[in-house]
Amino acid sequence: MEFNPIIVKFVYAAIVVVVIMTLCAYAVLAERKISSWIQGRVGPNRTALPIIGGIPLLGPFLTRLGIFQPLPDGLKFLFKEDVVPGHVNKVYFIMAPILSLVPALTTVAVVPFGQFVTKTGEVIPLVLANVNVGLLFLFAVSSLGVYGVVLAGWSSNSKYPFLGGIRASAQMISYELAMGVSVLPVLLWVNAPGKEGTMNLFDIAQAQNGFWFAMWMPLSAIIFLVCLFAETNRLPFDMAESETELVSGFHTEYSSFKFGLFFVGEYAHMIIGSCVFTLLFLGGWNPLPFVTLETLGMDKGILGAALSVGIFLGKMCAMMFLFMWVRWTLPRFRYDQVMRLGWSILLPLSIANLIAYALIIFYLDTAL
Amino acid sequence: MTDVFFYIFSTVALAAGIGVVLSRNTVNGAMFLIGTFLSMAAIFVLLEAYFLAVIQVLVYAGAVMVLFLFIIMLLDVRESAAKKTSVYTWVASVIGLAILIVGTASIVSADSIKTKAAALPEPSGASLKPFGYELFTTYLLPMQVTGFLLLIAMIGVIALSKKLNTDGSAK
Amino acid sequence: MSIVIKRKPLTLMEKLYLPEIARGLSTTFRKLWEKPVTLEYPEQRPTIPEGYRGVPTLVKDPEGREKCVSCQLCEFVCPPKAIRITPGSIPEDSDYAHVEKAPQEFDIDMLRCIYCGMCQEVCPEEAIWLQNQFSMSGYTRGEMVNNKEKLYELGGTLPDEHFKWRKKKESAEKGGGHH
Ligand code: SF4
Ligand code: SF4
Repeated sequence: MEFNPIIVKFVYAAIVVVVIMTLCAYAVLAERKISSWIQGRVGPNRTALPIIGGIPLLGPFLTRLGIFQPLPDGLKFLFKEDVVPGHVNKVYFIMAPILSLVPALTTVAVVPFGQFVTKTGEVIPLVLANVNVGLLFLFAVSSLGVYGVVLAGWSSNSKYPFLGGIRASAQMISYELAMGVSVLPVLLWVNAPGKEGTMNLFDIAQAQNGFWFAMWMPLSAIIFLVCLFAETNRLPFDMAESETELVSGFHTEYSSFKFGLFFVGEYAHMIIGSCVFTLLFLGGWNPLPFVTLETLGMDKGILGAALSVGIFLGKMCAMMFLFMWVRWTLPRFRYDQVMRLGWSILLPLSIANLIAYALIIFYLDTAL
Repeated sequence: MTDVFFYIFSTVALAAGIGVVLSRNTVNGAMFLIGTFLSMAAIFVLLEAYFLAVIQVLVYAGAVMVLFLFIIMLLDVRESAAKKTSVYTWVASVIGLAILIVGTASIVSADSIKTKAAALPEPSGASLKPFGYELFTTYLLPMQVTGFLLLIAMIGVIALSKKLNTDGSAK
Repeated sequence: MSIVIKRKPLTLMEKLYLPEIARGLSTTFRKLWEKPVTLEYPEQRPTIPEGYRGVPTLVKDPEGREKCVSCQLCEFVCPPKAIRITPGSIPEDSDYAHVEKAPQEFDIDMLRCIYCGMCQEVCPEEAIWLQNQFSMSGYTRGEMVNNKEKLYELGGTLPDEHFKWRKKKESAEKGGGHH
């Protein structure tokens, strides 16, 4: 059977988007559960589906875990009244939530999530679009996500959203620099003379069959991680939202479905961020440092592909857990502290880090 | 197919560009400018200059325009109520129009800007290595000059925002 | 006089910030595994401490007589004017006709009540008590007004064997004065 390749791509894209959306829904659940566990609460434990919830033992167990909670959560967003306040700029007000979700879902296209090794040993990346400038594309598109926040703040035409929007834009600019510079050592290493130049996320992940980059570039990893928190507007950097001072920041005036889009957008950003960190620093789908699926002899065929995807998703979930864990541990920074940390600590540190690794890599290349 | 896309994106780019000039609301203007940048990035993609396209989005749409918006919001620029156009505006628009006419005329009439195919650099596509080598060998001087210009601008901004006294000491 | 309290200067480890974050994270990680401290409300109920001031209720004595004599003191003292009493007289043929009055209507608007306990304090007959009931809910304002039946239903019986009015009646019948 022959399929039109474009249609096949569409189907793949739809599948990936559905998976991401489901992950978002369960990330929200995980956030609620983890927050309640950390705070000594129980969390969502009531929602039950009629049939599955009725199975003895398993049903109540799943209900207590809140497995069915995302469904009513989503329905609530759909069916609540959608209020558009009279004083807003309607066009941008409606555009903003879309703008915050679309970039997050677009970046999924270049994120590889596993590998498929054919019988002949050919390695096929599992990714929607295996583009060479993958990493840059990802940075570029995800940096567009801030427009959603900024426009939401501006178009709401009231002071708290406005302050949230302004803070988000300033924070975005400040941390994008440090973030970009902090991954440069990784790219230097991957693109060292004699190697084929690439910015492909798949190749970067494959290059970590020995040391993971987090191990021999810990400073890069830490700076990148901090910037990732800032870029995804997560606590302790949730300047745009900061519900204790700005009501709820940029989405104060939003309700129902539009708010839901922002909400999902935030989690989609987090998921993508976790994926990127896993790919860049945590060895992608390599189970352990110095141990690849190939050395274990389990890389071939469908099983190997499933294994690689599973390992990748596992690492991603661990990263998501870290995001939530940090959120429920640390208090928010003050705005000036955020700016100082970004400009006068992280940026110089990342530049120094870049220079140091440039020298080290130069030495390794010439001396060995 | 490529042609169709080219026409679509260039139309969008031009329309958004006109939007930038005509819109009285500064935020609208900024959004139109982002539209222009994005459609130009798309045209770069059609030219197989993926790296340039991505950098266009990353730097201009992703960072510079965020800064623009930030400043617009911070200064709270209201819709400029039909101000009297000053002399400078007239001079600037006349010069701009002249440059536009000259440029269009030269593209339409002369063969001179058609470079021989052999003289064109290889389309480097997405690979960064040739790009980097070119940047640091053939085009080293333009790059340095651009950097120097940016440095001047930066120092200027610092001087302006510090509000120095005439003797150079900070207030 | 202003007092300036010097902050303890941060040690190097604290200035680095990351170790302190790690410490915080380890604390929350330990909390993750601890038993929840919350009650799951409708199934598990809190134990009400003694002297708790819940919803004000009316009580009867062990013989089933309503203790309230509708003196309306509580209605006067109630700060938010939550109580509304319509006094009525006790029929002549009743055993307690000498008490003379009992409430015909007795409404407490629980949307107004501030649970201050003044009514309990002021009542000469110990007829109104703030008891253990703490959760009041309803769909309309009307539902939130407790009428007489509701108040007696919530209140129940006060196990007080004093029977002041019976003693009064007996001593009056024996011709004696008060007590
Ligand atoms: S508790 Fe206070 S407010 Fe409530 S009915 Fe009694 S006197 Fe009124
Ligand atoms: S409840 Fe007590 S204070 Fe109120 S009317 Fe009855 S007897 Fe008087």
